[in-house]
Amino acid sequence: MNPLTKFLLELQAVSLLLWSVLTSIFRPPRYAAEMVRQMDLIGVGSLPIVLLTGFFTGGVLVLQTFPTLQYYGIHTETGRSVAVSLIRELGPVLTALMVSGRIGSAISAELGAMVVSQQIDAMRALGTDPVRKLVAPRVIALIVMLPLLTVAADIFGIIGGGAVASYIFDQDQNVFITSVRNGITSNDLIGGIIKPFFFGMVIGGISCHKGLSTTGGTVGVGLSTINAVVLSSIWVIIFDFFLAKAIQSILGVGII
Amino acid sequence: MHSAEELADTLSEPDLEQFDLEDAVDEPDRIVPAIEFRDVYLAFDDKTILDGISFTVRRGETKVILGPSGGGKSTIIRLILGLLKPDAGEILIDGENITDHDEHAMMPVRQKIGMVFQEGALFDSLSVYENVAYRLREQRVDEEEIEREVRRMLQFVALEDAIEKMPIELSGGMRRRVGIARALIGDPQIVLFDEPTAGLDPPTARTICELAIKLRDLQDVSSIFVTHEMNNVEYLSSEYAVVDEEGRVGFEKEGETLCLINTEVIMLREGKITYSGSDEQLRSNPDPYIQRFIHGK
Repeated sequence: MNPLTKFLLELQAVSLLLWSVLTSIFRPPRYAAEMVRQMDLIGVGSLPIVLLTGFFTGGVLVLQTFPTLQYYGIHTETGRSVAVSLIRELGPVLTALMVSGRIGSAISAELGAMVVSQQIDAMRALGTDPVRKLVAPRVIALIVMLPLLTVAADIFGIIGGGAVASYIFDQDQNVFITSVRNGITSNDLIGGIIKPFFFGMVIGGISCHKGLSTTGGTVGVGLSTINAVVLSSIWVIIFDFFLAKAIQSILGVGII
Repeated sequence: MHSAEELADTLSEPDLEQFDLEDAVDEPDRIVPAIEFRDVYLAFDDKTILDGISFTVRRGETKVILGPSGGGKSTIIRLILGLLKPDAGEILIDGENITDHDEHAMMPVRQKIGMVFQEGALFDSLSVYENVAYRLREQRVDEEEIEREVRRMLQFVALEDAIEKMPIELSGGMRRRVGIARALIGDPQIVLFDEPTAGLDPPTARTICELAIKLRDLQDVSSIFVTHEMNNVEYLSSEYAVVDEEGRVGFEKEGETLCLINTEVIMLREGKITYSGSDEQLRSNPDPYIQRFIHGK
């Protein structure tokens, strides 16, 4: 089978899976308790690493850009540049990559292990649809939680940036905060929420598909996990480009 | 179900009770086979797994499917459950053609079938109680009834003590028995055993066969028993369950005057059925492959 055919078949499989998840919301049985449990695991569970990522990313952004801005005499705009970079790009993408590594691997490993030990077959034999019971709660939890995690990352990123601007470069905190406030538009915020929404679908769809299509015993589970994380990460980055372009065109964001 | 009048009529004419035909007339659905395969073909990539398989499992019958490892026995079971679809041919469950049923249409069919998986296939994040209760939980049955049924099933497989344990704490044989309890909840009329004694010690394997015999003889279950162990064929084909006055179950061997007719053997080889009939005929079949399979050499 040539690579293009394989790619199209995989794309079809993930799309069909996401479509099944969407249609499963409209008819019972729905597993609301399971969704809430997944939101806790995915959202609350990922919070520490996401906040750390945000904090240090904001910090390093200021670390790198402040000297350059100072050279051009516009270092008072540091807050704006950090906030805009975080909210439009780095917050959504880095959060998604962290979650893809942590949650994408967990989902594909868990589902893959269930496949090879025949637990998925047992579930179907007992009359339960694995898409409703296992996939939908995870995908929906990702779609709901990823925007929230991104916002948390953005906030901590701005705090981290502010800390560096204040303690390393001795910038007045009020200058930083005012610059942040002036730099963000509501379109930035909307764009920054739309991206994680799509990233959640990408991570959920790819990880669940890879998990459920595992073959070949424990080695297969390892392979599925690698593929899930790598593919989710790459597709987050590719989608990011096209989403950024679309958000620019539709919302007029990014054209100062 | 008989009305009081019909029962009274039967009692006043005791000789009619001997004729199975009378039962057949009163319960015409006994004539419809529980499972029927018509000319089923299935291939994966370029390998043919099933090559025109046809067989029937009647009501109350146990079909023992013998064959080499990887020969398609488990595939037959997956086809019955609709976990796989055949490339050609038809599959009927209780007279209903399920060949083209999608997942949604298969759900009510699966309610009638209990499946015992090879390694038990228990949900390892759930306790024994939750595993056995699974089907009833999904059907939103109320908690008291769930508990009653779960205890009843665990008593049937003699594992009531393990009710709060996790699957990881159980031995292979115990996991298998919990899998049987889980499969039997809801009293399915069709039970599928996929190599249920693989890897178990002889006494435990015997216990599992006894459970299958009890289901066949005391609960009129139709079943398929996939195995490649000749001991199991021996137990299933030549022993039957009896209940004494105190309600205890015992097992008696068929003898000179009584021959079991509700258990038949099918042998699969290279995707085809090479033998179908009773176990006595199997043993006396001159085919060298069959003889080597039975005796190991």
